[in-house]
Amino acid sequence: MQHHAITVRGLCKSFGDQLVLDHLDLEVPAGSIFALLGPNGSGKTTTVNLLTTLLRADAGDIDVAGHDVVTDPAAVRTVIGVTGQFSAVDDLLTGRENLRLVADLEHLPRTTAQARIADLLERFDLVDAADRAASTYSGGMRRRLDLAMTLLGRPRVLFLDEPTTGLDPRSRRQVWDHVRSLVAGGVTVFLTTQYLDEADALADRIALLDAGRLVAEGTPAELKAFVPGGQVRFDFAEPGALAAAAGALADWSAAADVATLTLRIPADATVGTLRRLLTAAEVTDDTRIEVTQPELDDVFFALTEVAR
Amino acid sequence: MIATAHPISDSMTMLRRRLLHLRRYPALTIMLVGQPVLFLLLLVSVFGGTLGNGLGAGVGGRKEYLHFIVPGILVIAVASVAVGTAVAVAMDMTGGIINRFRTMAIAPSAVLTGHVLGSVTQSALAVGVSAAVAVAVGYRSDAGLADAAMATLVLAMLALSLTWLTVAFGLAAKSVESASNLPMVLVLLPFLGSGFVPTDSMPAGLRWFAEHQPFTVVIDALRGLLDGAASSRDVASALAWCTVLAVLGWRLSVGRYARERAG
Repeated sequence: MQHHAITVRGLCKSFGDQLVLDHLDLEVPAGSIFALLGPNGSGKTTTVNLLTTLLRADAGDIDVAGHDVVTDPAAVRTVIGVTGQFSAVDDLLTGRENLRLVADLEHLPRTTAQARIADLLERFDLVDAADRAASTYSGGMRRRLDLAMTLLGRPRVLFLDEPTTGLDPRSRRQVWDHVRSLVAGGVTVFLTTQYLDEADALADRIALLDAGRLVAEGTPAELKAFVPGGQVRFDFAEPGALAAAAGALADWSAAADVATLTLRIPADATVGTLRRLLTAAEVTDDTRIEVTQPELDDVFFALTEVAR
Repeated sequence: MIATAHPISDSMTMLRRRLLHLRRYPALTIMLVGQPVLFLLLLVSVFGGTLGNGLGAGVGGRKEYLHFIVPGILVIAVASVAVGTAVAVAMDMTGGIINRFRTMAIAPSAVLTGHVLGSVTQSALAVGVSAAVAVAVGYRSDAGLADAAMATLVLAMLALSLTWLTVAFGLAAKSVESASNLPMVLVLLPFLGSGFVPTDSMPAGLRWFAEHQPFTVVIDALRGLLDGAASSRDVASALAWCTVLAVLGWRLSVGRYARERAG
């Protein structure tokens, strides 16, 4: 059993004179969920396409489950499953026929294929729709069928390119649950997303991609440690109260915003800190207060701004 | 595990997929098969009386014209189906499903081969229906069994060559709409040949083109075979043309498919 399901070294890719990926290094431990997080155009899909043999790299090495993507793409294709950003189902076929098509291409024995198809239709809540054309499916159903088709071949490494983009909250949760249950079964998942909460909820490790470069990599907790603690925010009713509180909290490095009548103070979220803060500020009872903890959003914005 | 390629069974799977499409959405097939039948009935019933007299073959008239154009109609039947191939290939290439096929351990040629085999099946249907309608309105062939078999081979080779060419069109097309425009030329070309009027009735420049273009060669060979008076030189050059075009279309398609993969 090898340690890493995916190893990427010095990966570069340009389209024309536009550099899309600039010396990317990644390691994904086997049996974990890895999230590549970044805004649109940061190179997420290009990375997936390179790792799944759809594109050829300009430079760098990619190893997927022990197979070199450049020298042995056919071997890589036997162990991976890919659900891309764009629906990869055959609209003219029914859900069941789509699954059978994949089963035939995987050369599964007939009884194995039938058992797996029945199981996947059940698990992905598609039994009632199984004999309807995929063109009649909703976005969520289509994505579930797409994922079911990818899982039919029992891939060891699963690539999901923005698997929940465009889905309603309930369908998103369902996809998350499926991903978690797969990893419990030993599958390695490489997913891209532009949603920080998705990476936070699913991934063991997260890499932040911005303009083709990795700006940070680590566990969600490690990434959150990149930005200093949380903050307390006061919302005032009138400028006089804001000025008074700002003066009283001069030692707390408070930042006043006259336009919105708010005062932000870096602080952790303990009762002790809050008590001392409120005593020092002498704010009136009708002042509104909000305590926030750092989120991946803060990390993301902080790090992508630094990189620019 | 070493990846084992199954080009034949993968191609058969892709063929089954294509045939399922055709069965599920018969409208396109009906249109493609209907086109040559429509040409046949229109040309014979509306223009046949006049054009038949212009053939200068002594008897003249509608029946003579029907006899004259059947080889051209069969060629149009094959060409008409080829247009549908370009559309089907372009639909696959512009959709997401092609990326699924490309990330699976399947023989790379299977996707295209499935389309080609599906279209050749469709061509057989179109030729069969057109021939049946021709016989129904009074066409009789003087071909023996060997001639009929050879005519079938010529049509099959034509189907193979035009289909591989239109697969290349479909791969090159930027959209499904442009894919349907390009091969329309294929349906028009038989008219600029020996299919519907004798080439010696055409103006000099056009006549030179009409006498040398591949559709004329194929139509002349078919006409000979169907009349039971085939010249083996005509048949050989028809088969040669088809082989050359099939290899050209195949090379273009496979090259294009590989390039798409590389991005």
